[in-house]
Amino acid sequence: MDSASLIYAILLFPLAGAAINGLLGLFMPSWRKQERLIGILGTAMVALPFAAFVVLFLSFDGNASITRFFTWMAAGDLTIDFAYRIDQLSLLMGLVVTGVGSLIHVYSIGYMHGDDGFWRFFAYLNLFIFMMLNLILGDNLVVLFLGWEGVGLCSYLLIGFWYRNLANSAAANKAFIMNRVGDFAFLVAMFILFREVGALDMSSLIAAGSSMDPTMLSLAVFLLFMGATGKSAQIPLFTWLPDAMAGPTPVSALIHAATMVTSGLYLLARLSPLVLLAPGVMTLIAIVGATTALVAATIAITQNDIKKVLAYSTVSQLGYMFVATGVGAFYVAIFHVMTHAFFKGCLFLGSGSVIHGMHHVEHELAHDGHGHKLDPQDMRTMGGLKQFMPATRMTFLISTLAIAGIPLLAGFFSKDEILFKAFEAASFGFPAAWFVWGVGLMTALLTAIYMIRAYVLTFEGSPRWPHADTLHPHESPASMTVPLWVLAGLSVVGGFLGIPAVIAHGDLNWIHHWLAGDHGPVAERLFDGHVALAMEWALIALGSGVAIVGVTLGWRWYTRQGLAFDDALASRFGGLWKLFQGKYFVDEAYDKAIVRPIIGGARYVFAPFDKYVVDGLVNGTAFLTRALSFVLKYFQTGLVPSYAVGIVFGVVLIVWLMLF
Amino acid sequence: MVSLVIFLPLVGAVLTMLARSESAIRWSALLVTSATFLLSLGLYFQFDPGVSTQAVPQMAQISDLWFPDSMDIKYFVGIDGLNLLLIMLTTLLGPIVVLSSWTYIGKNHKPYYTLLLVLQTGVTGVFAAFDIFLFYIFFELTLIPMYFIIGIWGGENRVYAAVKFVIYTLVGSLLMLVALIFLGYAAGDAINAGVFTTDWYKLVAFNMPLGTQNWLFLLFALAFAIKVPLFPLHTWLPDAHVQAPTGGSVVLAGVLLKMGTYGLVRFCLPFFPNAAQDYAMLFAVLAVIGIVYGALVSRAQTDAKKLVAYSSVSHLGFVVLGIFAFNVEAMQGAMIQMINHGISTGALFLIVGMLYERRHTREMSDYGGIAKSVPVLTFFMVVSVLASAGLPGLNGFVGEFLILIGSFSSTSLASPWLVVVATTGVILAAVYLLYMVYAMFWGTLDRDENRDMKDLNKRELGLLIPLAVLMVVMGLAPSPFLAKSEPAVKDLLETIETKRLAAEEMASSAQALPLTID
Repeated sequence: MDSASLIYAILLFPLAGAAINGLLGLFMPSWRKQERLIGILGTAMVALPFAAFVVLFLSFDGNASITRFFTWMAAGDLTIDFAYRIDQLSLLMGLVVTGVGSLIHVYSIGYMHGDDGFWRFFAYLNLFIFMMLNLILGDNLVVLFLGWEGVGLCSYLLIGFWYRNLANSAAANKAFIMNRVGDFAFLVAMFILFREVGALDMSSLIAAGSSMDPTMLSLAVFLLFMGATGKSAQIPLFTWLPDAMAGPTPVSALIHAATMVTSGLYLLARLSPLVLLAPGVMTLIAIVGATTALVAATIAITQNDIKKVLAYSTVSQLGYMFVATGVGAFYVAIFHVMTHAFFKGCLFLGSGSVIHGMHHVEHELAHDGHGHKLDPQDMRTMGGLKQFMPATRMTFLISTLAIAGIPLLAGFFSKDEILFKAFEAASFGFPAAWFVWGVGLMTALLTAIYMIRAYVLTFEGSPRWPHADTLHPHESPASMTVPLWVLAGLSVVGGFLGIPAVIAHGDLNWIHHWLAGDHGPVAERLFDGHVALAMEWALIALGSGVAIVGVTLGWRWYTRQGLAFDDALASRFGGLWKLFQGKYFVDEAYDKAIVRPIIGGARYVFAPFDKYVVDGLVNGTAFLTRALSFVLKYFQTGLVPSYAVGIVFGVVLIVWLMLF
Repeated sequence: MVSLVIFLPLVGAVLTMLARSESAIRWSALLVTSATFLLSLGLYFQFDPGVSTQAVPQMAQISDLWFPDSMDIKYFVGIDGLNLLLIMLTTLLGPIVVLSSWTYIGKNHKPYYTLLLVLQTGVTGVFAAFDIFLFYIFFELTLIPMYFIIGIWGGENRVYAAVKFVIYTLVGSLLMLVALIFLGYAAGDAINAGVFTTDWYKLVAFNMPLGTQNWLFLLFALAFAIKVPLFPLHTWLPDAHVQAPTGGSVVLAGVLLKMGTYGLVRFCLPFFPNAAQDYAMLFAVLAVIGIVYGALVSRAQTDAKKLVAYSSVSHLGFVVLGIFAFNVEAMQGAMIQMINHGISTGALFLIVGMLYERRHTREMSDYGGIAKSVPVLTFFMVVSVLASAGLPGLNGFVGEFLILIGSFSSTSLASPWLVVVATTGVILAAVYLLYMVYAMFWGTLDRDENRDMKDLNKRELGLLIPLAVLMVVMGLAPSPFLAKSEPAVKDLLETIETKRLAAEEMASSAQALPLTID
């Protein structure tokens, strides 16, 4: 098959899956019961594109190819085609999205079993994959934007999937609207680029970069970054992501960890030659990324909801990726996108497996007549799950160590490379990178601690739920554990795609070659100098040391003291702890400063203004007219004598005017 | 054929008047509007955008039976790129409106459907007319049936709303009539051997002196701005919408408002290019205020229909902004946005009407969680809401995007900041529309009367499916539609530019003249 038909297949399979499962489920209630059929169809529609990506990957000759299907819209000088680009970057992203996506589809067959919205779930999930593929394959910003807003829509639908609980729908609205704030910036960036360049396809934009007005270029890059902060949950637009955990857990794994939230990084990597021309914005990106990483990590350490910990962890890890972007190491950002997809996907699916198990306990408790209520996501009522859920525990542990940066696991390579790149940038004329590097290192320590905390509180120690002696959760079915093992395996070996030069005594860094090599689409910032070899080794030792120290400390604190250690921290740090636990009160601040003024303004200022002032003037005019006619009508009496009097007066008046 | 499309509904109106039974009335109305739609498809496919309409429209029909030779007023209709899609929208909504009234209208069936058909003739005529006097007649003709439709079959406050609608529109259109007569004589004196003319082509060819242009432009533009409605002239709209029966609202939002934006494009711009350019900023600012203001007021509503009504103020703001940007991208965006708004807002009014038929309330707080009881209706609601909110892939995005990206590059609008402010409308649209979905469809289904609600029946499905399909088709493949209007839009903009420069030159040489004599 030629690549054009493969791209057709890649895009149309998930779309067809969404349409079939969605429309049949909607109009044919009997279809909704066919769980097996729905699940297999939905999964196949993602697995087949994955296979197509593998074929494209293996037969890729190093040159980007663009396939145009048809013109989307054309007006005047603007022509937007449905054109898709296959190159190193889109292939890699495509493999991750459809690969991890397929695993999560399989997992969902087990996880969503018995849910009356099973069909809807798979339809949304397939639609999501379709939109995500538009995002990463689109050859112009508008098709990319179609995917960009499309994944936002699916995110909305899936966060609010259990719509009977209004809180879920509120979280969905929040996610959509906050993303739209970012999308607004994205739109304006497109307007600027179109005005300056006259086209919106990737090649034209990149070619025009150096000849563009630098201020306009910086502004456009800044706005694109602002768009990225929405989708990729960075300061200031990050607060929607933790709330997004209201969705079913496979959604959190797929959309809110592995794929959609990394779109912002993808966008900046795709346009990396332009971003490099805006060094001021890059500094801002690095600082925002580092700050977000630290802020989210400090929140993560205080959370008790297992998914909330992972959500803040995701925000924090995304911050790392923005650090890489900000110091000009775009390929490292994508490297971390990939490894993060493995270990965070595994962690979320693991947490889903735990919730699945605890749900069973909750269910049993609810029916034993004691009126126990249990939150199946609260780690305070977990503990000791390793004896009941060995596969979940083992995979969770592996990915915990991977994210913590234990040497030779996936997270170690990508995170260390980010810190190294920051160090390198700092050494060669990019002083802000010192701050970024320091914060990154501190965050690495916190990451190891909060992840081990989550692991220990969940799986180690003894069970803390009521009637734990008789009431046991079960391990999840194979459809859920097999994807866990695959992702755990990838979390172990995935890092070897990006072995730093210094370790292998030669350049074995495949991902660097692939993305940023001679034909690669991703640019990178080059420095006139090298970090000394000894220094590189020292940095690797430092990074490994931080991870090991963090894991060891966390292990000792939480296995010995458990929840009591949280209390100890809380009393020790007092106000600071409250700040962390309260998520820096950003939500509250936004609510007071933005949401309430707008909604209140609409309700108490604009609506009354419309009713009483704008419409009041209209009705006032009408009233005046009526009042005037009320007076005037007395002159129109219909009695001939009164008209005659009028005429006489008139004649007298005219004569008088003529004479004098 | 154009005349057939215009007057077939009028013939249908006679049929419904003669019909004996209730069902005969409805069926004849449905049949006639469907036949009209099928006929208009002929117009669509016969229209060739490659053939220039700069001298004469395609499929033109001219007859000058009506007026004495001393007045150059003709029956002159035809098709060009500017009106084709609007006529198609009108004929498409025809059968949809009839079907939507099937059970909604509970009394006086005969006059209702008769008036509906007369209304369709009026609207189609407005779009098809190439003689501005003829246009004016059709323009006024639409007022009467709409007045009765709101006034008789409307809600509690129907008479107030109907009177407000008529008087507001009349104020504008009577001023326009004055301007029109003035224009006809001026053009007649200058280029038509002293014969009063209302032929569109002749009026376009006529170059009005600058000072007079301003006044005439304002008189015309006021009439159209009221119709659009442009902020702050919009307050008749929510009243009319809320009181009108569903069918009336669909026609009102779908096509009646477009008579305003269409009038701006068809008449104000080419007749008075210099004045239009001079006042472009004023209209753009009002349009942008309308976008933001309409969205905010929309969010404050508790009545679902009123919310949708105010959303029109916001959406039509985009159209006006696109019109006054004076470039192809934005103008094309405005053209397609007119159609898109008709489809998505039409669908929203239909759905709100369907809910009203079931529960006899439009208060959003009377609903809640109904996604559970009416999943199919919810599906169509969500699709329409997303289309209306401008989600890429659905139709609303195409128009908004073209308008905004075009206006941003516009040389006529002094400031891109205006467009930036307009773009916040994208955020606000999500705010008020998702709020409506949130308040009515999600959450627990805690009222018995909501729990027992029936989902869509076949007739209602038949109404919504074509609209939903169009939302997707026009969202993903708008190019064939855009291609129909692009040459005409380009011609129009070129004409405007040429005329504008010529008038400026004339003005400056007129100023220079006394100096040379000295």
